[in-house]
Amino acid sequence: MNATAQVAAQVRARFSVTYAPFALNCDLQLPGRGVSALFGPSGSGKTTALRVIAGLEHASHAYIEVNGTVWQDDERGIFVPPHRRAIGYVFQEASLFAHLDVRGNLEYGMRRIPQDGRRVSLAQAVALLDIGHLQQRKPATLSGGERQRVAIARALATSPGILLMDEPLAALDIKRKAEIMPYLERLRDELDIPMLYVSHAPDEITRLADHLVLLEAGSVVASGAVAQLLTRLDLDIAHGDAASALISGVIVAQDDEFQLSCAQFNGGALWLPQQSATVGKSVRIRIQARDVSLSLAPQRDTSILNILPVTIIGLSEDAAGQVMVALDAGGTPLLSRITRKSAVAMQLRPGAAIHAQIKGVAILR
Amino acid sequence: MPNNPHVAAVVLTLKLAGLTTLILLLIGTPVAWWLARTRSWVKSAVGALVALPLVLPPSVLGFYLLVTLGPDGPIGHLTQSLGLGTLPFTFGGLVVGSVLYSMPFVVQPIQNAFEAIGERPLEVAATLRASPLDTFFSVVLPLARPGYLTATVMGFAHTIGEFGVVLMIGGNIPDKTRVVSVQIYDHVEALEFAQAHWLAAGMVAFSLAVLIALYALNPTGRRT
Repeated sequence: MNATAQVAAQVRARFSVTYAPFALNCDLQLPGRGVSALFGPSGSGKTTALRVIAGLEHASHAYIEVNGTVWQDDERGIFVPPHRRAIGYVFQEASLFAHLDVRGNLEYGMRRIPQDGRRVSLAQAVALLDIGHLQQRKPATLSGGERQRVAIARALATSPGILLMDEPLAALDIKRKAEIMPYLERLRDELDIPMLYVSHAPDEITRLADHLVLLEAGSVVASGAVAQLLTRLDLDIAHGDAASALISGVIVAQDDEFQLSCAQFNGGALWLPQQSATVGKSVRIRIQARDVSLSLAPQRDTSILNILPVTIIGLSEDAAGQVMVALDAGGTPLLSRITRKSAVAMQLRPGAAIHAQIKGVAILR
Repeated sequence: MPNNPHVAAVVLTLKLAGLTTLILLLIGTPVAWWLARTRSWVKSAVGALVALPLVLPPSVLGFYLLVTLGPDGPIGHLTQSLGLGTLPFTFGGLVVGSVLYSMPFVVQPIQNAFEAIGERPLEVAATLRASPLDTFFSVVLPLARPGYLTATVMGFAHTIGEFGVVLMIGGNIPDKTRVVSVQIYDHVEALEFAQAHWLAAGMVAFSLAVLIALYALNPTGRRT
């Protein structure tokens, strides 16, 4: 996520919804490109927020603007009905039309778009989701994963100005999730359509999102670049076993002898298990807080390959006896979870220059 | 074998049932849609009114229709002032009575079908740029097809089988209001059992055929 995209916020959504006892108050400003994730526990209002933006839910006192088009402004009495909003919506359940075959489903939305508004062709949508072989099939004969791919392609074929996805993987088992994820990454990387992605699964967020909005009990807790928010110690998401940092890097070298790849990023270089990716390709790397240990001086006699000079940004109590340490590696934030005993013994405090030893890295793409 | 009055009665019956079913599909669709979608407090009242012929003795319905449509009834006044005369003892009167009497058999299957579709396909259609009217024709009607099949067959068959309302409001005028069921009654009254058998057996065969067709075409659909 770069700073310019954040400045040029192109999705504005300000609204309140009340279904006693539930109340949702949002004021969102999201980048007009890339993937923005709405993240929060169930009941936090993620889905309702998405439905309001789509116009499926009629919120009060709302202002919704996407890519320069106002869809709702209650002060001026504007409410564009959902079928006149340039959205692609993917529901949690694929919700294919049972009376149409796959082809009929795909064409349903596309046929309702004027010729000159068709920026995504049917062939392109079919190819992106790899569903060419399913076209004559009826929805009832498809697997859950196939159905969801058809639903995504069906939404894409309307050439939407924004793609709204309501937990598209939540109804699928782990195998099917893994089957769909690469397609979602492909959409993000190959299409220039901003995505708003609702999820309560942290691994989906780390793999897909550029921008993150944290929702809790109907209000926005934080909103910002995903790499920043994941490492903010005042947020729950930066604590616990799953806490991790995201690094965007570029493959700069391949070591065929030891089967390693080297990725360069703002704060230095990391050795990764060898990637098929060619030199110059960008990668997204996740480093879990529990895989990062700290030392005051750089270690020499160690098996650990990746040791980075870092500065301590802050420390915060984590689980019992544990401390989460926020680090800065040349502008890239990292997290390290260590015991409180070590933190005291090493006299760690904000501003101190130390070394982070990274035991494991996961390449997300 | 006096075949002519039989043929006339059968033709009249089919005409009545066909017209009644057609009218009911046209009226019943918006009524069923409204009943399936509304959260209004009058829903249960309207639903009860539609279902009333299910529990009311046909003679009661026929009696009130006779009174209201008759020369001294409110609707009778209206039809007379419009120069249409009065409806009782005419084919038009039979159609009005049949429409009311067969209403639940058409409205309820369609309403059930609409309710079974639920909210989601309508929302999906909206996100795919279909206007509400477009959605109705391109999504709701095709998905409600089994309901329409049941409604058509039940409305048609039930109108053919009706007797009480017809007798009360239509009387027994050959070629105008004498339908099959009334004709059978006539034969039995006159102790012409052989003629009664011809028509009665025909009715049994017809009804059975209709139901077999319905069950075969629509194995999982609701019936009434």
